[in-house]
Amino acid sequence: MPTSYHIVVCGSIVPDPLQTLEPVTTPTGPALKNELLLPAVLDPWAGHALFEAAHLAKQHPGSKVWLVSIGPKAKLQQVMMTVAQKVPFELIAIDGPAGGFTESAEIAAALAEAIQGLPGLDKSRLLVFGGWESATRGAGTTLQMVGERLGIVDQFQGVDQLTVRPDGSFQVLERIEGGRHQVSSCGALPALCGWATGNLPEPPNNPQVGMLNMRTVMPALQRAKPTKISNEGVTFPSVSLPKQRRETKIVKDMPPDDIAREIVEWIGKE
Amino acid sequence: MEKNPDTDPRETLKTLPGDDVRQIMWRYQDRYDLQMLIQSSRSVARGIVARLVAEGARNSHDWTAEKNALLPAFDAAGITTCFMDPQQGGFIEGPKNLALSLVAMELAWVDAGASTCSLAGNLALSPIHERGTPEQRDYYMSRCVPPQNGEQRKIWRGAFSLTEPLPYVGVETGLLSGKVSIAEWGVGQEPILQVEKRARFITNMGFANFTTAAVESADPRIKGSCIIILEETDPGVFDRGVPTRKMVHQLSSTNDPVFSLKVPASRIIGGYTVKDGVIHPKFNHSEIIEAVFRRTRVGVGLMTAAKLLSAVEPIIRYHRNRFRGAASVNPGTPRYDQGLQQKEDCLQRLVDIWATGEAAASLGLAAARLFDELDPVEKIKDQKFAEQGIAPGMAQMKAFRGISKQALEFISLAAQPAAERDQARYEALKTDAVVQYLILDSQANVLCPATKLWNTGHGANVMRDAVSLMGGYGITEDCPGFLGHKWMDAQLEATYEGPEAVQRRQLSVTMTNEVFLAVFRSWIRELRLIGTERPGIGADTLATAMELWSWTLEYLQKNTDAHGAKLYHGNRQGVSFPLADALCWLVASRSQILDVLELAAKGPANTVVAEGLDGLVNFFSDLCAVQAASAAGESARICAESVYGYSALPAGPGGKGPGDQTDASGAVTAALEPFVRLRIKLDASLAGSRLAKDRAAEALTKVMIPEALDYPV
Ligand SMILES: Cc1cc2nc3c(=O)[nH]c(=O)nc-3n(C[C@H](O)[C@H](O)[C@H](O)COP(=O)(O)OP(=O)(O)OC[C@H]3O[C@@H](n4cnc5c(N)ncnc54)[C@H](O)[C@@H]3O)c2cc1C
Repeated sequence: MPTSYHIVVCGSIVPDPLQTLEPVTTPTGPALKNELLLPAVLDPWAGHALFEAAHLAKQHPGSKVWLVSIGPKAKLQQVMMTVAQKVPFELIAIDGPAGGFTESAEIAAALAEAIQGLPGLDKSRLLVFGGWESATRGAGTTLQMVGERLGIVDQFQGVDQLTVRPDGSFQVLERIEGGRHQVSSCGALPALCGWATGNLPEPPNNPQVGMLNMRTVMPALQRAKPTKISNEGVTFPSVSLPKQRRETKIVKDMPPDDIAREIVEWIGKE
Repeated sequence: MEKNPDTDPRETLKTLPGDDVRQIMWRYQDRYDLQMLIQSSRSVARGIVARLVAEGARNSHDWTAEKNALLPAFDAAGITTCFMDPQQGGFIEGPKNLALSLVAMELAWVDAGASTCSLAGNLALSPIHERGTPEQRDYYMSRCVPPQNGEQRKIWRGAFSLTEPLPYVGVETGLLSGKVSIAEWGVGQEPILQVEKRARFITNMGFANFTTAAVESADPRIKGSCIIILEETDPGVFDRGVPTRKMVHQLSSTNDPVFSLKVPASRIIGGYTVKDGVIHPKFNHSEIIEAVFRRTRVGVGLMTAAKLLSAVEPIIRYHRNRFRGAASVNPGTPRYDQGLQQKEDCLQRLVDIWATGEAAASLGLAAARLFDELDPVEKIKDQKFAEQGIAPGMAQMKAFRGISKQALEFISLAAQPAAERDQARYEALKTDAVVQYLILDSQANVLCPATKLWNTGHGANVMRDAVSLMGGYGITEDCPGFLGHKWMDAQLEATYEGPEAVQRRQLSVTMTNEVFLAVFRSWIRELRLIGTERPGIGADTLATAMELWSWTLEYLQKNTDAHGAKLYHGNRQGVSFPLADALCWLVASRSQILDVLELAAKGPANTVVAEGLDGLVNFFSDLCAVQAASAAGESARICAESVYGYSALPAGPGGKGPGDQTDASGAVTAALEPFVRLRIKLDASLAGSRLAKDRAAEALTKVMIPEALDYPV
């Protein structure tokens, strides 16, 4: 097994979750109202994958992290002003739509093509990372198809932990029902991990890391090739927001036990 | 398809303006260093800072362990380092006025005390940065850089000690009680100085390792005054003193310290020379203070601007949700959906708050950018003067007198079409650093005090209106956006680093500089052109208000009051101060208009901004028109009071008194006719400004806002 890795993280942007999201119908299909104007963030699932990748790379000198992103170029650039400050990576930007109404098979094809084209990529050291689902679509389909197209058969989804053993093999913890994990061993690369939350906190911003990353991020954004996601044959019979109710209450100094009790009561009412 | 203005509804604001919009308006869309610094400052502001405020950390005067956690958070986010040059460990090349201003705004968006805490460290370093010797600069700046990977050292933090206990230094910075004398001076050795300084209201003093203190000579062997660096490990007393029981900015540390220390003479900022056995500090304390404050005051003004802008979202949310949940208010009813936004006054007052915030931000950031432009030119000027043996102070002032003619000539050439002017002369003057320095400097000397004065003073008043719009909630600690705190804090921003009187005093001199007045006239011409191209943006109103102000200044400078006393005079603050206030309104409104034009021009090139650009520009133009009308009204009122207010009452049966400006029929004399004409023109130019306000108010009922504030309450 290799001692350093080529880690390719697939991830793009989603609207900031605090924003009001309102589905609307446009001539080209469903969309979120004013989506392009709302502030965006890195998809939280992909974010976990990126931070895990950087952590792994740091522990294994000689490793390299790429972030492959399909999204509207100008919006990607804005999000990079935050993301690029967190961990070192090289950006591969593809100018195209991001969001819940793009066909995941087409996105997967474009991602796989971009990964294939990475200069100097060593498949025997390759780990493809991403979110096990995205915060916009939540279907959990994209990453699997990326793996299939790249011929990667060792795939793990809902990953919370990846540990390199002394012999170089991996132990992978995948989420299953009931807060439990399935433990697997993986002895050879390439492999693919669709991350759940992982265990790492979000790294703080550090503009000095950002300034270093920017040397490659900006040229990558300038080079970003447009890709056409035609959504051909895809129809949306209906679109609605997930049935959820936001009930905001401001209380101070409430003990955690009382908070837990209230949440359980609230869930019980549903 | 062509738009039909009669039938197609006018596009308006869709969402609150985001970073991509601000980057264009405030001119840093190509500065990734600044964009990243903003994001990292924001995460500190809306993270640890907001949590501290929400948890009630503002309820103590002491510098607690919780508050102290701000310092490493600033360090980690690059906020501490952004003041430094790359060779000292910083990451931003070149001048940093804009960078520091943007950080100040981000932090003050949540809490200006945190903002002050970060800025005060820079304030302590500023005397060293602006006037220190290269050795002093490298020594102190690099110690104030947070330790880098693996470095084992303690970071240093500073405080700036100027203000003294009553009855000494306050507004009057010349009244120094801090003293320096010679303790030991061995032959051929560096003198050791004894420094005695008591200071009052010193920010960062709860934890500072060093301070830059203003002191005066108490020894015939030292000339004049200086600013000197004191370290906590110097022999003697370094007593931090008691915390100030302040009611504002409690996330900064403020103490009344006492120093009685022995320090080497090399701590005199800028160094010294010895002549005939007397130490001559290279710079006296006033020269250093001037160089420092003229930059740092801009950031303070921007703190208040940020607070005004930060009030918009919480107020909209409060108004919309005001009646939701009441048994008799059902979803789908206007009361449920619109809440207090059904009431016109709620909307229109918020339009005023927003417009003021825009103008304040535009003014302050224009000033910050101007200083970024000025800094390198100033260095060249200093170098040239040094080569010619022209010393700072009087000699420099004298040299400027000759050069100001060339500056005026350049301004006049710049106003002419390129094809018609003496292009060679124009180019020659354009590349003359001293001429350009004089022109930029004349503007900086107005824009900086204007930012400090108007943003904080008028801003505090407008912040009060913001608090009112939240009802009783506004003056509780639970108010989303901490608006009550922000209102009170604005009063400190109006006070420290030179209260309003100091800014008015400065303006009353700098605004009469002939170079500035020539620039001002070119601004009027420029606004007239803008008015033709964009009639709805308030440029014509503003241009007329500026003409009225110019006319009034000249009139006041040339005329006397009813008693024959000079009107425009250094000691006559009743004349000069209000006119300074009036000017601030005008320059703020101008900056606001220019920023909207920048957005309109550059927005289409950014695909994200282009999406909602028409509506956004329409809305922002309406805010400009609203603000221009307020500015024109306010400044015209001041002008009218100043022009008419000092003349005698209209002639009664006893006949005319001196200075009476009316003839027997009560009509004004010929001398005032131009003023009357301008006022009539001004009033008429307000056409449409209230319609603009109606439209802006309507937009506030439609704009999408987030579900919740992105920082805790
Ligand atoms: C929280 C806080 C933090 C501070 N931090 C620092 C710091 O870090 N370092 C530091 O050195 N100082 C600091 N200061 C001091 C601050 O800069 C002074 O309070 C300020 O400059 C005003 O001085 P003063 O309070 O003595 O007011 P005074 O000089 O007594 O002035 C009071 C008022 O009198 C009027 N007035 C005075 N002189 C004139 C004049 N010539 N013309 C017209 N009107 C006039 C004005 O209305 C003025 O506002 C801080 C103050 C506070 C409250």
